[in-house]
Amino acid sequence: MPVITADKLQDNYDVVIVGSGAGGGQTAYTLTMEGVKVLVLEAGRSFDVQTEVAMLQWPSHAPLRGEKTPDKQYGFHDCSIHSGWEIPGEPYTNAHTETENQFKWWRQRMMGGRTNHWGRISLRNGPLDFKPRTLWGLGFDWPISYDDLAPYYDKVEMLVGVFGTNEGLENSPDSSPGVLLPAPKLRVGELYAQKHGKKVEAHIVPIHRAVLTKPQDAETIPARLHPDNAKAQGILAESMRTRAPCFWATDCHRGCAIRANYDSQTVHLRPALATGNLDILPNAMAREVTINKDGKASGITFIDKTTGREGHAKGRVVVLAASSQESVRLLLNSKSKLFPDGLANSSGKVGKYITDSVSSSLSAHIPAFEGMPVHNEDGAGGPHAYVPWTLHDLNRKAELGFPGGYHLEFTTGRQMPSMNVVNSIESRAGSPSVLFGKKLLEEARRFYGCQFGFGAQGTMLPNDDCFAELDPDLKDQWGIPVLRFHWKWSEFELNQVRHQQKRIRELLETLGGRISAKADADPAKVIKTGGSVIHEVGGAIMGADPKTSVTNQWSQTWDVKNLFLADGAPFASTADKNPTLTIMALAWRMADHLLGELKRQNL
Amino acid sequence: MHAPDSLPLISRRVSIQWMLGATAALAAKDASIFAAEPAITARGYGPDPSMVKIYQPGDVWPLTLTESQRRTTQALCDLIIPADASSPSASAVGVHDFIDEWISSPYPAQSGDRRTILDGLTWIDAESQRRFQKPFADLSAEQRTALCNDIASLKPKPEHKKAATFFKRFRDLTAGGYFTTPEGSKAIGYVGNMPGGTFEGPPIEALKHVGLA
Repeated sequence: MPVITADKLQDNYDVVIVGSGAGGGQTAYTLTMEGVKVLVLEAGRSFDVQTEVAMLQWPSHAPLRGEKTPDKQYGFHDCSIHSGWEIPGEPYTNAHTETENQFKWWRQRMMGGRTNHWGRISLRNGPLDFKPRTLWGLGFDWPISYDDLAPYYDKVEMLVGVFGTNEGLENSPDSSPGVLLPAPKLRVGELYAQKHGKKVEAHIVPIHRAVLTKPQDAETIPARLHPDNAKAQGILAESMRTRAPCFWATDCHRGCAIRANYDSQTVHLRPALATGNLDILPNAMAREVTINKDGKASGITFIDKTTGREGHAKGRVVVLAASSQESVRLLLNSKSKLFPDGLANSSGKVGKYITDSVSSSLSAHIPAFEGMPVHNEDGAGGPHAYVPWTLHDLNRKAELGFPGGYHLEFTTGRQMPSMNVVNSIESRAGSPSVLFGKKLLEEARRFYGCQFGFGAQGTMLPNDDCFAELDPDLKDQWGIPVLRFHWKWSEFELNQVRHQQKRIRELLETLGGRISAKADADPAKVIKTGGSVIHEVGGAIMGADPKTSVTNQWSQTWDVKNLFLADGAPFASTADKNPTLTIMALAWRMADHLLGELKRQNL
Repeated sequence: MHAPDSLPLISRRVSIQWMLGATAALAAKDASIFAAEPAITARGYGPDPSMVKIYQPGDVWPLTLTESQRRTTQALCDLIIPADASSPSASAVGVHDFIDEWISSPYPAQSGDRRTILDGLTWIDAESQRRFQKPFADLSAEQRTALCNDIASLKPKPEHKKAATFFKRFRDLTAGGYFTTPEGSKAIGYVGNMPGGTFEGPPIEALKHVGLA
């Protein structure tokens, strides 16, 4: 079974999955390794990571030096095609016009989805992150605890390959022994911040990222992940051997032709295809989940973008992994006599409780770095260190004014120059005139690599004001009703951003940093727009009660037992961690449950 | 900042301003004020260009500069980044062609620069004729520097205000265009983009530089 065209669809599949990213990829992998016949529908085209990714191209090899344009909204060499916050023919709307009420929705229409371009930062949610209601009386407790998910975090980390260290920190969990790959050495800026950050209680440790720092252990990991399944072990071992470790160049956002970092095709879909149990249909834009007379999901209606024709894929089970809000949209658009308000929506909670990483950033010029001896610090194509949240005691004493916390990611160093590399050079040099000639070259060399900053990503608990619904009027180019977003930050998020800014400022000042931004910045202005971090989750949250949640702890919808969600939609909150690793762990856990239910003939 | 509108066309235009930030928004406004500027009818590279191809200015959309504008651009580029013992000049790595590509871009973020640069090139040649009776490209290095010193001030005289805006922007494009080439990257001190077998971390001299060793 291979990548197919619509005319090659089989009459029936065990499971039809919508979406080929982290959630869909993981689900397809877990199921096909166990012999389940799976179809994956992907709205974008096939994409060959090995031949289409720009690895060592320079900015000067791209039009406009690779700067962002409306066609390539993350820059020319970023591994995203047919992608963006605005895609022609695929609109969405915001219910309110005010700046602070906007939600931006990134879509990535290509095989592998958003896993093609991300920082590969792979942090586990911690025990506290699953129980905000118990801890702070806010949001909802997840119906699972960290212990339920911990074995799946181990499995995912072994499968995709994650580097990092175990630091024994509260709520930033260690992995099991032998799971993590060695962390790369820290860069000079990361070491400098590690030393001086201690003065302001910034505890800087190696970050966890899905990048191979050495070849995967193809001898032992396959047996640990697939005991008693020789075929799966063989396929996985073979797949692991096709992956080269990092060659210490190229930003991971460009994708990875040598397969050193994780994307869904590299890690999930290749071995899943090798089982012979997977068909992938690209260019298939899902419109609706179809229902049989018993109220069970029967498949997916889709538009074949190559012909404009509508098709239908039948399955005994349907898994939505289209990205949290695209899955919400599918549920809301799947209306029938049995489900007049959209599918799996008896609680009225489909589209509700969208959360996102609470984010702001600040940077400074660090004079100590001026004139740094020239050296190569590309490293593993992204950060090697971060500042985990460690101020739990303040939080327990309710001294912070917001629940949860945030981690800080570095933006540092002697990175490949971009168009803005000499920004602010006159003010740094104290020059009364625009520098040019020999002096410009001298000062550019002296200041290059001195810009240093932190971006915070923090907890957001669900509120009643952040949700999506169908726009009453607007449809996309295929006639599918689009989403309308409502967004409003609560005082908690704004308090958190105030704290983020103060803390980053303190940290940068400890490093001797010169900060140009004003200290009393309005948090409502510096908080990153909802959705702009591309960490939006929720909209079909899991819970213990069918009246207040959309799925049970297995991401299985309460109303339709053969319908599952495998993306960020079931997240009951956003932790101070990036969501992708948790999406994969939840998807694997869901798929294990699905397998058991298939065997027990419960679906 | 604006909301994505319900109409896709407007939504797209508005979101472009949004996304590309304040400079772009200003640039787009600027362009609409000077509606007389010859419109660019070329299209961009679309949502699915080859990312691995090595592009040259002119490959995706046609260029703008006349031969004399190009000579002026080249001369200005090399005044801003001359060759030195270890690195080539800006024009030796094609930065003048990049500037032509930039101002010929069909995207809104560059439309303000198109006006600024074309007007600035006209001004600088006229000024050169007025003062030295020669086009800028034919001036001596001293004459070029003298002319540009007048418009390089961050607090320019009123009569030089527009020319100063041009010069700052031209310098930014030249520097950005230069340091993003392999040669220019090396010139500024970026020595990465080199695959290797190991990552050794910072060398001892770098650690010493910041008191870590």
